[in-house]
Amino acid sequence: MIAALALENITCTFVSRDNRQQRYTAVRDASLSVAPGEFVSVVGPTGCGKTTLLNVAAGLLAPSAGSVRVRGEPLEGINARAGYLFQSEALMPWRSAFENVAAGLEFRGVAPAAAAGMANDWLKRVGLAGFGDRYPHQLSGGMRKRVSLAQTLILDPKILLMDEPFAALDVQTRQLMENELLELWSADRKSVVFITHDLEEAISLSDRVVVLSAGPESHPIGEYAIDLPRPRDVSEIRLSPRFIEIHAEIWHAMKDEVLKGYAQQRQ
Amino acid sequence: MRSSGNNLALRVWQALLLGAILAFWHVGTSPTLLPPLYFDNPDKAAFFFGEPLTVLSRIWNWFYGGEIYRHLYVTLVETILAFAVGTLSGLAIGIWLARAPLASAILDPYIKGLNAMPRLILAPIFFVWFGLGIASKVAIGVTLVFFIVFFNVYQGVREVSPVVLDNARMLGASPRQLLRHVYLPSAMSWVFASLHNSVGLAFVGAVVGEYLGSSEGVGYLILQAEGTFDINTVFAGIVVLTAFALVLDWMVTLAEERLMVWQPRSGETERL
Repeated sequence: MIAALALENITCTFVSRDNRQQRYTAVRDASLSVAPGEFVSVVGPTGCGKTTLLNVAAGLLAPSAGSVRVRGEPLEGINARAGYLFQSEALMPWRSAFENVAAGLEFRGVAPAAAAGMANDWLKRVGLAGFGDRYPHQLSGGMRKRVSLAQTLILDPKILLMDEPFAALDVQTRQLMENELLELWSADRKSVVFITHDLEEAISLSDRVVVLSAGPESHPIGEYAIDLPRPRDVSEIRLSPRFIEIHAEIWHAMKDEVLKGYAQQRQ
Repeated sequence: MRSSGNNLALRVWQALLLGAILAFWHVGTSPTLLPPLYFDNPDKAAFFFGEPLTVLSRIWNWFYGGEIYRHLYVTLVETILAFAVGTLSGLAIGIWLARAPLASAILDPYIKGLNAMPRLILAPIFFVWFGLGIASKVAIGVTLVFFIVFFNVYQGVREVSPVVLDNARMLGASPRQLLRHVYLPSAMSWVFASLHNSVGLAFVGAVVGEYLGSSEGVGYLILQAEGTFDINTVFAGIVVLTAFALVLDWMVTLAEERLMVWQPRSGETERL
């Protein structure tokens, strides 16, 4: 089977603009492949280059070495088959929620009437019917995330790249959003790369968890298939014995890397 | 609502302050109301500072007799042209340079130099190039307005949130669409901040240009009056110009409120 998305031996070295001698290799020789319809989480300690890897997959960042293949085709420029959910605020603050959701369709030249219908439909699906005319600053953090989700999913991307999308939310809102994400995902199984530093979140959502080593020169050090049954409820599944077993196994492998990352940050 | 009550009180105080200033002016310059404190001749205060009632009657005569309209028209045309040309060119070149790092690196010292230069010294050159008519005043105003708008747009475009930009690219925006839907709206808040300054400077360009050489315009009227030591007319000209500068500034505010509805304002709760 051809992978929906394949990162092959990716290395990313950043060079300081002021001093060419100063370089930082965030990711070295990292490979990751995602099957069609698969939900893969990438976990790792802070500062281990998770976002770098995702930006490479999105085509926003050209790797120093290695290649990206989308359904077997080498990627050039922006990955048009992918939708990207950013960690920080990415909505256009000068557009209302409705206009933000419709933005991608507008950029693609969809007729305004059709775009408006779809945007309203998606606002309803993420539970924001009636909030379409609000500007981002008038919405709560959770609502803004929903708008972002609708903004990305309305384009029906085959690959969904998510960079700690719920990190800024409180625990309750976060679990609600995770369940909503699973529900939306199960409707039409996209390939998902979900970046997080939260192991519990990773296990409860994914089919497979990839652990990255601490940076610099971080690379995958372990892969774990998650055989928990679906459909899942993220708040309940955390209590099941199998979940705890998997968690212990992955945490055991991750712990050293987390401590390493922590020590590096303290320097 | 509470805030409107506050507003009314504020307006009353503002009007009272204006009244107090005018009263002080009137009493201080009248030859009969106060004994001469400083000047040996009781008419001297009025000679130097004018008299508010005479200033008002001068303004009234200007508008009632129709003498002012031709001059006001010329000055306003100069100001608005300078404002429009300076703003649009500042906007265009600011956006271009902010997105062309090489060109901006090459031009950087020249832009800094031009900005540091007291640009009114260009007036004689503009008079040679464009003559004594409207064009030379517009040129002076443009040099003043351009740099303010330019620097703000340049800053505004460079401070576009990289995440918003990446998001728009992932949503499929072409470079043109990025310009139209991301760079421009993001720069607009900076542009509007600069437009309030620019209105005033467009007036400065027009009036100073008229002082230096012209045959019509409010600046010309003021210069003529000064030549005959008619201080009341000078003050009348100042009052008229200030009033129209305020009107233009108010129009900028109106446009800002219409275009910038998306901006968060502090204390947006409603008091019930």
